[in-house]
Amino acid sequence: MFEFNALITTLLLPFQFVFMQQAFIVVFILSLPMAILSCYIVLKGWSLMGDAIAHAVLPGVVLAYMLAIPLSIGAFAAGLCCALTTGFIKENSRLREDTIMGIVFSAMFAIGIILFHKAETELHLTHLLLGDILGISLASMIETSLIGLFVLAVMVIRGRDLLLLIFDPQQAQITGISIKFWHYAFQVLLALTIVAALQAVGMILSIALLIAPGACALLVTKRFATMLKISVAVAMSSSVLGVYASFYIDSAPAATIVLFMSFIFILLFIYKTNQQRILLHQRKTAKFSLVDNKVSL
Amino acid sequence: MNNTEQKSCPLAPIGIAVNNISVIYKNAHKAISDISFDIPCGSITALVGINGSGKSTLFKAIMGFVPCYQGQVEIMGFPVKKALKLNHVAYVPQNEDVDWNFPVLVEDVVMMGRYGHMNMLRIASQTDKDAVDQALTRVSMQDYKQRQIGELSGGQRKRVFLARALAQASNVILLDEPFTGVDVTTEEQIIRLLKELAQEGKVILVSTHNLGSVPEFCDNVILINKTLLAYGKTSDVFTTDNLQKAFGGVLRRFVLSAESLHADADAREVTVITDDERPVVLYGEKGLEQLASGSGLKPPSNTPIKVRKES
Repeated sequence: MFEFNALITTLLLPFQFVFMQQAFIVVFILSLPMAILSCYIVLKGWSLMGDAIAHAVLPGVVLAYMLAIPLSIGAFAAGLCCALTTGFIKENSRLREDTIMGIVFSAMFAIGIILFHKAETELHLTHLLLGDILGISLASMIETSLIGLFVLAVMVIRGRDLLLLIFDPQQAQITGISIKFWHYAFQVLLALTIVAALQAVGMILSIALLIAPGACALLVTKRFATMLKISVAVAMSSSVLGVYASFYIDSAPAATIVLFMSFIFILLFIYKTNQQRILLHQRKTAKFSLVDNKVSL
Repeated sequence: MNNTEQKSCPLAPIGIAVNNISVIYKNAHKAISDISFDIPCGSITALVGINGSGKSTLFKAIMGFVPCYQGQVEIMGFPVKKALKLNHVAYVPQNEDVDWNFPVLVEDVVMMGRYGHMNMLRIASQTDKDAVDQALTRVSMQDYKQRQIGELSGGQRKRVFLARALAQASNVILLDEPFTGVDVTTEEQIIRLLKELAQEGKVILVSTHNLGSVPEFCDNVILINKTLLAYGKTSDVFTTDNLQKAFGGVLRRFVLSAESLHADADAREVTVITDDERPVVLYGEKGLEQLASGSGLKPPSNTPIKVRKES
């Protein structure tokens, strides 16, 4: 009995620290809008766009620090700048979008790194890149929640339009949905989400949260409603499990979250390929029995 | 102006009025120029031309997706933008333009046709659900409501998008290559449905390279190659000369001259023009050829082309 109690105490230990409680709350709040947005990103094929915006926020953060304005504003402006520059170059050149994004975001990331070393800030580069969820302030928690709520609200209210636009742009235009508006609105949503996730998981790993849940879901379902549910489930469970496990194995929480997501992805992939093999086998045997019937007739 | 009155066809007999339009793309490439035609309500019109003749550009111009460098398009008497707002235009895309792995169900796709009738939140009302059911029933796809679109055959896929256009309840329906990758039964079903819709007063514009089926169901034909080559009643436009102009060098053309058909001194010859799908067959003396009856239908198995000499 005593041992059982001790086990329970040990298992509940992470929940007793304020910094851990905060971490759980933040990842929980974040995972919902990120999981939903990730379904659209995966279907739209915009993973690289997310990656680009995530890298491009760095100079914005450093500049905002130097100018003493909220870091999220700088990050958002830089993210948007990357998206707009990419759009501008694409309109005026023959290069493909992925090529342009590769150039724009790496240039902005490089500017960020150089600024960071020149500016002698109190910021930690590793915190920016990989997140600092355990040291999150109340102000950033509120900020994260507000941005998360906004993104979530937009997705709930206008998600159907966005889905139609991704699936059939011509029908969307006929319906009066503006391709141009959504092109930029989607990038704004992406930039906002990355800003919200900056403190918690950092710019490099935020992209994992924006791709992995949707990818996991698309692996196993053919219905969008189910895809949303699976995506949210994957994001929430791996977020909470990741933070929890990081306490015991003394690892970076953000990296542990991403590891859990990747693990789920691999499991689902194996499950799916296995299922397909079984299905194929069943079809083959079904064919044979059909032939047998014909022979007996 | 009374909306409901404008919507009903007798008061706006011109469904699509294209007035001298030209479209120039950003790279200064002139896609189409100086095209004019009026398509009346309650008719089926075929848009025929080779690949790259500007068929899809013309479609895009009619739907307002590309700006016209000159000229204007009016749909049901309204400028394109207004007509789209009033839900006057429905579009059936080519099968190749659709991502069939996309996680949407048949009923989801058909419901997309109703978005224009819904408010900002796109929450389906009972009317919307009924319209979806009716549309699916009309194309006999009601049993496939819950299927993911990739699980359907080519013909079924086409019918789902037709159902979406039906659910949209628009007066004008544009179909882009509706017969590619579709079996004969589905083709006949689609043609029957289009005829019904035309009888209800709808304006149907079909872009196709399936020449053989055009005389079978189209009232009018538009022949284009960068610019308008011919427009008018099918029997008037579908002549050897016009088709030669539109397809010169692209299509296979066989001429069966009098000697190979019969022994007497009859100057009439049979012309078969085909893009290796269904051929169009013309028969008669030079300059007076007529569409051979049944040329759009499947030829009987024993005689490939059923054209007989008049005795």
